Amino acid sequence: MSVLIVGGGIAGIQASLDLADSGLKVYLVEKLPVIGGRMSQLDKTFPTNDCSMCILSPKLNEVARHENIEIISNAEIVAVEGEAGNFRVKIRRNPTYVDRSKCTGCGVCATLCPVNAIDEYNEGMSYRSAIFLRYPQAVPKAYVIDRSRCVGCGICQNVCVAKAVDYTQKEEIIELNVSSIILALGGKLFDARRRGEYGYGIYPNVITSIQFERLLSATGPYEGHVFRSDGKVPKKIAILQCVGSRDAKTNPYCSSVCCTYATKHAIIAKEHIPDAEIHIFAMDVRTFGKGFEEYANRAKEEYGVIYHKARVAKIFQKKNGNLIVKYERDGKSFEEEFDLVVLSVGFEACEDIRKYSEIFGINLNEYGFVLTDSFSPVETSKPGIFVAGIACEPKDIPESVAQASASAAKALSYEKERAVVGKKEFPPERDVIGEVPRIGVFVCHCGINIASTVDVEELANFAKTLDGVVFSDHVLFACSADSQERIKKAIKDYNLNRIVVAACTPRTHEPLFRRTLMEAGLNPYLFEFVNIREQCSWVHRDKARATEKAKSLLSAGVHKARLLEPLQFVEVNVVKKALILGGGLAGMTAALELAKRGIECYLVEKDSELGGNLRHIYYTIDGKNPQDLLRKLVAEVESNDRIKVFKNSTLESVEGFVGNYRSRIKTPNGIVEINHGAIIVATGAREYKPKEFGYGHRKVITQVELEERIGRGEVPKSVVMIQCVGSRNDYRPYCSRICCQAAIKNALKIKELNPEAEVLILFRDIRTYGFLEKYYERASREGVIFVHYTPENPPVVRTNGDEVEVEFYDEILGEKLISKPELVVLSSATVPNEDNKELSKLLKVPLDQNGFFLEAHPKLRPVDFATEGIFLAGLAHSPRLIPETISLALAAVSRAMTLLSKDKIIMDASKAEVARERCDACGICVKACPVSAIEIAEFKTRTGVELKASVKKAICLGCGICSASCPKGAIVVKGFTFDQIKSALDGLLEVSA
Amino acid sequence: MKIVVFACNWCSYAGADLAGVSRLKYPEDVKIIRVMCSGMVNPAWILRAFRQGADGVVIAGCHPGDCHYMVGNYYAKKRYILLKELLNFIGFEDERLKLLWASASEGKKFAEEMAAFKNVVENLGEQEKLRWKE
Repeated sequence: MSVLIVGGGIAGIQASLDLADSGLKVYLVEKLPVIGGRMSQLDKTFPTNDCSMCILSPKLNEVARHENIEIISNAEIVAVEGEAGNFRVKIRRNPTYVDRSKCTGCGVCATLCPVNAIDEYNEGMSYRSAIFLRYPQAVPKAYVIDRSRCVGCGICQNVCVAKAVDYTQKEEIIELNVSSIILALGGKLFDARRRGEYGYGIYPNVITSIQFERLLSATGPYEGHVFRSDGKVPKKIAILQCVGSRDAKTNPYCSSVCCTYATKHAIIAKEHIPDAEIHIFAMDVRTFGKGFEEYANRAKEEYGVIYHKARVAKIFQKKNGNLIVKYERDGKSFEEEFDLVVLSVGFEACEDIRKYSEIFGINLNEYGFVLTDSFSPVETSKPGIFVAGIACEPKDIPESVAQASASAAKALSYEKERAVVGKKEFPPERDVIGEVPRIGVFVCHCGINIASTVDVEELANFAKTLDGVVFSDHVLFACSADSQERIKKAIKDYNLNRIVVAACTPRTHEPLFRRTLMEAGLNPYLFEFVNIREQCSWVHRDKARATEKAKSLLSAGVHKARLLEPLQFVEVNVVKKALILGGGLAGMTAALELAKRGIECYLVEKDSELGGNLRHIYYTIDGKNPQDLLRKLVAEVESNDRIKVFKNSTLESVEGFVGNYRSRIKTPNGIVEINHGAIIVATGAREYKPKEFGYGHRKVITQVELEERIGRGEVPKSVVMIQCVGSRNDYRPYCSRICCQAAIKNALKIKELNPEAEVLILFRDIRTYGFLEKYYERASREGVIFVHYTPENPPVVRTNGDEVEVEFYDEILGEKLISKPELVVLSSATVPNEDNKELSKLLKVPLDQNGFFLEAHPKLRPVDFATEGIFLAGLAHSPRLIPETISLALAAVSRAMTLLSKDKIIMDASKAEVARERCDACGICVKACPVSAIEIAEFKTRTGVELKASVKKAICLGCGICSASCPKGAIVVKGFTFDQIKSALDGLLEVSA
Repeated sequence: MKIVVFACNWCSYAGADLAGVSRLKYPEDVKIIRVMCSGMVNPAWILRAFRQGADGVVIAGCHPGDCHYMVGNYYAKKRYILLKELLNFIGFEDERLKLLWASASEGKKFAEEMAAFKNVVENLGEQEKLRWKE
């Protein structure tokens, strides 16, 4: 059986890859002819400004080449019957008039097509042909004909060498049996015309945020130059938030991502136009995710972006095309002139959602998104059908990716038998031993990321002058599917036996190119990566000097490549058990899900009982009972035969490697040794005990303490709440994400129990993102008073004996007020656990600047660590709510299952090796090895038995400490041998720069 | 100036990548050779770099306690101290050899340290003592 995934955006892609890597067959259905979704249109991603295509493209390629994934694009679901475990799905594939199996993606047809049609990819700001490919890196890389624009001239059919154009192609009905379904339908952007007062569609210099994104992109309509409609470079730009969000007339909910993407737009625009002045108009700045607040601070401090706490009422156009923006702040009206206005449009449910809700038989919520429950965040109302990404609520890329993995974990449970589709067969490896090096060099433009600073053509020509190089080329994106084909073709045509790619960082892209080599019948280790983006074009300005440096780096790469040897992967068995650190909501959820998949779990909790922070939550904002959830989870965990719980216990030591860890757990009954294949870190976080605002006084408490009191039935008559206590300051710059919600939750509870109670909330920005917005609205309606304060003018709490008073400044009245409440409640920060530091050292995984655990990649690998076999879930990642914690826990399960579902994993071949003829068995390397991978062993020779060093490959990490210790150069790490690095140095330094 | 940096894959190379992602500028003279661990850097490579005309060499690794391989950076430090003494002994300006701890999140530190080291090396002038002469 298999899984159907509907929607080929980043969520659908991630869910597909997880399931396919766990050995399931996946059908990925996409409405458009190509996958990639909204993310493919993005120029950069917040908060790291990573190039969106650079991180997406490897994933697209992975999907395209994965043996377990079948992409059914340009298709829609027509009917679904059956139930969980056995759905029958009918899919209609619409004709593209090009045979995908024949099209090589050469693009000659598109260059000769006489039609100019509106280019949807560039949001209507450029033209495309009628036969087209949505974007250059698209997968599947096959052109399609837009029949609504095609004039039927027949040119494309005539010029197509591959004979792929077929005007008679008919629609095709595909029927599949699948055991479960994941809906990753994405969302639709709000149509800004519906807010007529902003003049979108009438004033040419009012554009939407997605149009601005395309303008900023190197692959956009003006190749990354920002022009307005009349060709003028805008010097003063207004960005308007909440267009189609938090708006009673259109969509009342918050779209969650716009504040941070507007911040990104402002920063990137400043990089394009350094003297531009950028204003962001927002009611609240909602940069609540991991690293987002710091990002907004950078926008203000380093880039001079101006944030106005205001909503724009109307826009007028002047004769010169400039725009007058009218806005209100603190009850006063203002007018300001701008060159360009960008509308930050929000998300709505996807166009087909109504139709799909009927076809799949699932319920939608009040806003038309797929209905989920906060305790089962990826399950729809129908068993066996799951949801991920924006289809159920607006969210950013990492949250979508985490949900995608989470829904994959859920989908796994419907697989009774794992009808695993075999390993991909690669062509037989060509034996290159003894051959003279024939090196192929590929220099990447990376759009303009490299090409704008490094002369890539000159670099490619320079490569030809180096010994051993027989072929050299430069390509727009080395990672795209077409370039991969070019590399494979060059390997064949020129009989290449070594490949050097000068592009970005090997840390992200090396696996992709290694695989390309395998597909071309070359050993993957005959590949060398030269980093001319992160370590050249992005860090230098002077083109001539950067090009010289790039030559020197390339020369080093080619010198090393000459000495590369083919290496064989190391295979190891996987212990199908997991160690889970932390017995809170995340840890228990992960343990139960893993146990359901047949994985034995060791759950280690430092406290005397399970539950973590969940123990202190008595009600949720949406009226659910977390204590019921807690009791249910604890009972299930404790009665599960596959889960062994260690309470009052901590991790003492861990050794081993992915698939084969050996840990020592310190328990009250002594040390217990366990073997396991994976580790999930779910150690949580805690509430900050404030040092400010008179905390410690009987009448000054935190939100968690308030909730406990209300839980006991003690309802205060008057409360002043202070937000951002211990967060968003110099000492702790991040936003704690959950406290706005907590304050409103408790305020509403107080109002519910005592409608006469007075609740005043002093806030900086109210961050009730997503569908939480309605509770903010409800609180205002029910008489909770919200007063804004700035960090420059914070409230003051004074205690006098048993009394407490709060003095604060009211911006609208323009004066200081004093309140004497029964309780002052501090919305205190969520802070990382103190023992994170120690744990990070034990596990060899990093922490971020704030002391939370640092994931492998903030966008696309939210629950992975850079170290294989270790995963991350819950508050140990960053502050988050119950549904988000469950998502992350399930995501960690899915990621762990990609490993634990296998009997064997294949490990990197770059390991230490002993040249026995040089080894004296002195034992220095044995002592130096940090993982005891080397031993002195007996070897039989013709003259008798000799003692020599010997490496246990499955344990060896390839660190090379041994190689630098060996007095005779007898032990080397393959891929970093003494001679290879020596040669690289020679190459590096022979170029005069 | 020619400055060679041996950067470990897990911390310093990632830190250099972060400097790039953050678009922090540093001198073009700095060129990085990726190694898996600072503990892998053979002192002979450093001498080879000077022989081939490097004006400065940096060994960049994880902070003490952060090594991906637990102890590799301690080995790097031991070898660094010994090599520096030897270089000093033969009258070579040992400031041309630098040990740097830079983590994956210290892009800024990496860029700043590179700019500072270039100044140090520039003040010493071109390196002649160990350069191979025909």
